[in-house]
Amino acid sequence: MHRLLHPVAASFPMLLIGCVGLLLGWTVIGLAGLVRPRSVVLAGRLLFPLGALLGLALALLAGASLLGGGIERLILPIGLPSLPMHLRLDPLSSIFLLLLGASSFGISLFAGGYFRVGEGTAPGLLCLQYHLFLAAMGLVLIADDAYSFLVAWEVMALASYFLVTTQHRIAEIRRAGFIYLLMAHVGAICLLLCFGVLQGGSWHFTFHAMRSAHLSLGWATVAFALALLGFGAKAGLVPLHVWLPEAHPAAPSPVSALMSGVMLKTAVYGMLRVGLDLLGRPVWWWGLAPLILGLFTIVYGVLFAAVQTDMKRLLAYSSVENIGMVFTGIGLTIVFAGSGLKVFAALALLATLYHCLNHAFMKSLLFLGTGSVLHATGERNLGRLGGLIHRMPWVAWLTLIGTLAIAGLPPLNGFVSEWLLLQSFLFTGHLPHAFVNLLIPMAMALVVLGAALAGYVMVKFYGVIFLGQPREAALARAHDCGWLERIGLTWLAVGCVALGLFPLQVIRALGAVTHQLVGAVVPQSSSHWWLLAPVPERSVSYAPLVFLTATLAVVLMTVLAVRLAYRQRERRGPAWDCGAGNLTARMQDTAEGFGQPIRHLFQPFFQIERELPEPTDRAPRYRVVVRERIWRLMYEPISGAVEGLANIAARLQQGRISVYLLYSFLTLLVLLAVALIR
Amino acid sequence: MNAIDWITQVLEVVVAVAAAPAFLGWLNQCRAWLQNRRAPSLWLPYRNLHKLFHKEAVIAASASPLFRIAPYVVFGAMVVAAAIIPSMSTRLPLVGSADAIALVGLFAAARMFMTLAAMDVGTAFGTLGARREMMVGFLAEPALLMVIFVASQISSSTALPVITDHLASGHLGLSPGLAFSAVAFILVLLAENARIPVDNPATHLELTMIHEAMLLEYSARHLALMEWAAQLKLFNYVCIGFALFLPWGVARAHIGPMGLAVAIPALAIKLAVAGAALALIETVSAKMRVMRIPEFLATAFLFAVLGLLVHVLLKA
Repeated sequence: MHRLLHPVAASFPMLLIGCVGLLLGWTVIGLAGLVRPRSVVLAGRLLFPLGALLGLALALLAGASLLGGGIERLILPIGLPSLPMHLRLDPLSSIFLLLLGASSFGISLFAGGYFRVGEGTAPGLLCLQYHLFLAAMGLVLIADDAYSFLVAWEVMALASYFLVTTQHRIAEIRRAGFIYLLMAHVGAICLLLCFGVLQGGSWHFTFHAMRSAHLSLGWATVAFALALLGFGAKAGLVPLHVWLPEAHPAAPSPVSALMSGVMLKTAVYGMLRVGLDLLGRPVWWWGLAPLILGLFTIVYGVLFAAVQTDMKRLLAYSSVENIGMVFTGIGLTIVFAGSGLKVFAALALLATLYHCLNHAFMKSLLFLGTGSVLHATGERNLGRLGGLIHRMPWVAWLTLIGTLAIAGLPPLNGFVSEWLLLQSFLFTGHLPHAFVNLLIPMAMALVVLGAALAGYVMVKFYGVIFLGQPREAALARAHDCGWLERIGLTWLAVGCVALGLFPLQVIRALGAVTHQLVGAVVPQSSSHWWLLAPVPERSVSYAPLVFLTATLAVVLMTVLAVRLAYRQRERRGPAWDCGAGNLTARMQDTAEGFGQPIRHLFQPFFQIERELPEPTDRAPRYRVVVRERIWRLMYEPISGAVEGLANIAARLQQGRISVYLLYSFLTLLVLLAVALIR
Repeated sequence: MNAIDWITQVLEVVVAVAAAPAFLGWLNQCRAWLQNRRAPSLWLPYRNLHKLFHKEAVIAASASPLFRIAPYVVFGAMVVAAAIIPSMSTRLPLVGSADAIALVGLFAAARMFMTLAAMDVGTAFGTLGARREMMVGFLAEPALLMVIFVASQISSSTALPVITDHLASGHLGLSPGLAFSAVAFILVLLAENARIPVDNPATHLELTMIHEAMLLEYSARHLALMEWAAQLKLFNYVCIGFALFLPWGVARAHIGPMGLAVAIPALAIKLAVAGAALALIETVSAKMRVMRIPEFLATAFLFAVLGLLVHVLLKA
């Protein structure tokens, strides 16, 4: 091979080469961190912002590719001798690259101001792991053969493992890292097998060959199930979600943001790639599995989020809930696509993709907000926070945007994807399957219940951390975040607002993806640029900009009217509190208190350990620990069985060379016998 | 007809904002009569608002700007909600910008701001009220959405005017699915507007409060706006009920400006009847314990889901 690269497509793959260059750039930045690994200035002030700029460039390239709607291919002579590295940039990759680039811009800027000396891993090494993680995620999105996909997938898992265990001297964090690594590899094995099935006996491992392989229904179903398991484990689909609430609190906040905001979406990308692209037209009942699992995940995640007392664990469970939303959307897309209802499938897919974009912005914003709080106070426990809106106004107000967005309130972005998802649910009456039509009302009920509970969770999250009075005296010394962190947070908050206010433009850009995957675009029945009206036969529309303007106008008019008509007198006084007077900050609701109704109502879901004080106790102590039943019901039996099997296997290992020689001899005999019989 | 549509739109909002306190006054009057008390004046809520607006505001020292913004946001949300509910006419220019799901979202946004403001000062009663309000909200909100989905499956749109148009043009009498959801809607209405049996608007005992507990720290104009917003919310809910279950009399497309001449008296009559009915419900029921409220709302939610199921079953 003389030429370094030889384009396959007729046109020169300019954007794809640009993307590869940016991914290489991230790797180089990472390596540059090793020049002076202990220097915070080099990594924080130079390398992370530089990496952020590359992220922005990647977002622009991906955006250009998305608007162009074309497909670019490239083959690099790296990898196995018979299998060079195939790369491909199509609309589906582009939208996820856009998500990666745009949200990593904010996260990297924030990270530049976040990492300090003396916190676990040296900053230079962190910089390497962080940027390798970014580059690997990028490579996952443009890989066009199973080999490079899995290599990138593994690099992504390993880089994030090392990032999670940054503070590896704490035993709990090592344990969290181990659980994460274990689940990542269970998932990876499923994916390996999935690709093994997908090649369909052709032994060609490019995605192109898999698309043209003709699988029988049985094998295709096996491949779909394996993909659901493998990508579900990465995305955090219940019951494979157990690593999320462990790994997210353990990792430094920018890493949690990246993992929750972006890495979970690479799993969604993989699911869409396999389910709707590589497998061709899906069978409609495949969709029921992600649909049902997704619905269960929504309710499960949000209920556990409501009873958490650690702010990052709360967000981790909220991510589980949002992944449930996304998989519900995927399931609905497959049900529609398999039934031949292309436009409805496009609508459901649109809701799915939109929710991915939204979640990348709002969850990153919230995780970074908790990072700032953690740095300012050293506390992750909600019971020791409070009143930070006075000490940290920047973080508090920007986080408020993320909080309102993730609670699904109009006119912010979380509402748009929920709106689209509910609209696509309302169409299921058109399905030719009576049984599914009956299930849909229940499904819809669960989705709206989950959305409403998310509001509950977010009020708790925001109210306990930022509002009220400080629960500890030390909180009075909390400081607001630095300027790099402010820029990062602001970028993500602006993203939330923009995605909420300009849904039509986003949906137009997503049209290329829905066209690629389900062969239809959601029609736009209105000619106004501000009016979202996705379904012509139903007169449904939503115009967030008008909505916001109207609300703002009314609010301003009210303010003016009150000011003009009445004298503006006011004074500050102590809180009234019904005249009780001697109530202290400790008497506010704690996180446990705020979650109590949920804990009470949904008791069977939780495994609760409670320690109640006696009336005579000198130092009364109330403690409640909520665990997941799933550990006892599923994981402990599995780990017990694995250990038992390992013990049986251990009997083979006698530690004596003669025994091992005997094994080799017996193996040879068996092989010879097989050869003779053949 | 564009100008007339806009005039109707403005008129509808103005009527809602102006009539909301009177509706509450009427409800209180009916309740007093039913309880053999001498009724307060219909105009008492207005006098109350007027008094509050004139007072000096005392703001707790530990309050953040969020506390002062919240009353305006909550009031603004309720006014915008009034603009997109077809209480008099289904030809409203603003309704294209928000359908029924957005309406529920708007109520949720108002609720969120109110609870956050209640937690802001950091008093025991405020956070207690916020927690209870969210406990009511997380079941009432999905129940309301499910109620709306039944109606929107019938009329195949989630836009309220289209639903009202469709239902008003149909035959008299509720479809079975709608009948179930009507029950659910009444339960949600009582819970969302802090009426007996869920909450007692006249209570003076902090430990049993939900809505009032959140407003304890508010005074003067902020309190006035919060109370007005609560009255508007009640008005809006009743009008949603009319739009879904009693859509007759509303000025519809092609009827023209004369439609309004029918619509306004029709609305007044419906409001009078609804107020009396609500007073009757509140008189014959007793306030329930706080931990029983989720059961009450779960019943509402189940009724709404049942309504949707019945509708799907009958259609199939």
